[in-house]
Amino acid sequence: MSVRAAFDRCREEGRAALVGYLPAGFPDVDGGVEALRTMVEAGVDVVEVGLPYSDPVMDGPTIQAAAQQALEGGVRTRDVLRTVEAVASLGVPTLVMTYWNPVERYGVERFAADLASAGGAGLITPDLTPDSAADWIAAADAHDLDKVFLVAPSSTEARIAMTTAACRGFVYATAVMGVTGARTTTSDLAGPLVARTRAATDLPVGVGLGVSDGAQAAEVAAYADGVIVGSAFVRTLLDAGSDRRAGLAALGDLTRDLAAGVRRG
Amino acid sequence: MSYDADELGWFGDFGGRFMPEALVAALDELTEAWRDAMADPGFVADFEAILREYAGLPSPLYEAQRLSEKVGVRILLKREDLNHTGAHKIRNVLGQALLTRRMGKHRVIAETGAGQHGVASATAAAYFGLDCTVYMGAVDTRRQALNVARMNLLGATVVPVESGSATLKDAINEAMRDWVASVDHTAYLFGTAAGPHPFPSMVRDFTRGIGDEARQQVLDRFGRLPDAVAACVGGGSNAIGLFTAFLDDEAVAIHGYEPGGEGVDTPRHAATIHAGDRGVLHGARTYVLQDEDGQTIESHSISAGLDYPGVGPQHAHLAATGRATYEPVTDTEAMDAMALLSRTEGIIPAIESAHAVAGALRLAEGLRETKGPDATILVNLSGRGDKDMGTAMEWFGLGETAAPQAAPEEDAR
Repeated sequence: MSVRAAFDRCREEGRAALVGYLPAGFPDVDGGVEALRTMVEAGVDVVEVGLPYSDPVMDGPTIQAAAQQALEGGVRTRDVLRTVEAVASLGVPTLVMTYWNPVERYGVERFAADLASAGGAGLITPDLTPDSAADWIAAADAHDLDKVFLVAPSSTEARIAMTTAACRGFVYATAVMGVTGARTTTSDLAGPLVARTRAATDLPVGVGLGVSDGAQAAEVAAYADGVIVGSAFVRTLLDAGSDRRAGLAALGDLTRDLAAGVRRG
Repeated sequence: MSYDADELGWFGDFGGRFMPEALVAALDELTEAWRDAMADPGFVADFEAILREYAGLPSPLYEAQRLSEKVGVRILLKREDLNHTGAHKIRNVLGQALLTRRMGKHRVIAETGAGQHGVASATAAAYFGLDCTVYMGAVDTRRQALNVARMNLLGATVVPVESGSATLKDAINEAMRDWVASVDHTAYLFGTAAGPHPFPSMVRDFTRGIGDEARQQVLDRFGRLPDAVAACVGGGSNAIGLFTAFLDDEAVAIHGYEPGGEGVDTPRHAATIHAGDRGVLHGARTYVLQDEDGQTIESHSISAGLDYPGVGPQHAHLAATGRATYEPVTDTEAMDAMALLSRTEGIIPAIESAHAVAGALRLAEGLRETKGPDATILVNLSGRGDKDMGTAMEWFGLGETAAPQAAPEEDAR
């Protein structure tokens, strides 16, 4: 099921979608599924399951720490697919966000087939641009999967056109020049990037720029179709440490705050 | 047959650009600036003048006569160890820093393992008056405190990287993270002929003087080409710098020697081409040491400069096409060769370069049989060994003046 339907439903409700990210296997595989279920029940519209990778060049310290903990805990690619299956079964569209090598290693066609049969919606590929993605595009099309590529403030108009033409589901706008991580100020690069992206496509545009509370979510929701939150969720679980019940409670509170935010924007 | 990359940086199935969109504009800008610069006689003349007057190039070609007598074929050493800062790496950083200045950027960043590329980058930054930040694995900053001090003295900021395995690959990750946030005013001086397009081709262009000079020096001295050329391969910048001039000389065999660590049948090595699998690391498709799920495996080599779980994509292509042969050399073989060259020629090589010497010793046995004493092997002596004395002291138990000990040369076989 494409994530497009979820974005369309939110648009009908006159609001932005809340897109929530957690890496699989963090704090462990079952704990990660439980955390994502909490987020879905508290108002996340679209889920991104991260595939933990040894060399995450686009991630800041928070997500790096979670991914490393997941890898040290022995998480495997098949556990990521298992997480997708569990979350998708809740009825929420679920994407995998992954660096490219683990997919290539698993086999691009095989990964697409297994992701589709797990009920996954598609892939977000932070280090794969459409001009290097022929294999993935073919496999995604064969298995009816979403292809979410990224645009950035430094993207030229020509690259935005090329990238959005290759996307399905939504377009991921990385609205700061920098790695993932919660920020206290929102970016003045985001609005112009969304406008440039909208000029090139009718697809929904989701913005990721380190949103960490409802007020920031409302600000972004004013101009974007989706508000993407990752590091703030991860930080909440990291801060709770071994007290999982407290971690889940805090995660639910944060999600409700963000979900209210996307409805105010 | 072309061994070069196409317009998009593909060497056959290898190379390309697997990078975040945020950096694509910068890589495109760099590609254009590099192509313009290489086509500009003024830039090329400036580069050559700086190499000559500041870095001490061209480096000499030296016939290692005692070693040649010992092994029964002629061994020629390209003395990159005599360059300013003690290795071939000065060529790459001066080229990239000159290009940085031409592009109007005022800050450079670099990654470093043992610190050699960091020191070279800090040197080039001082020479051109650029701000310099060097990312170095926290484990490496402790192992290589002397190089941290050299970088500091040269005016660079050294940032210890604690993430991941806290070694070279993590320093590259952290430098890329910096670059994503600073790309409008910062150039990334990549330390080897790997990474996303245009780095593999650009770094090769700046280091290929090694082979261009050596080929002419051998022709001038001996009126013929060598039978074989040999270099060590970590990321592969010194090797591609040597090999490029000889790719079209079909009669010249090309040999790369990878760090075999404690042996390629153990988990502790860095022989990427020999024992790795195809994959994507740091922006290029190449051979990678990786597990079943595509997670990078930590490499091991006694030589920090070769301790990298990937390899430049042009080497992957040269291996796949059969134009060059890549074999592992173990820590023990390399250290034996280090001792042998020190005692036979009075040249203490970097442990990296000792891998190439060890490989040449292996080649010599075969060539002596087939071609006799006129057979000629050109070895790139890519760096000097001063930086490795701590490792050598530990390996050989050196420095105890009173205690008599066996000469390491005795078991240098």
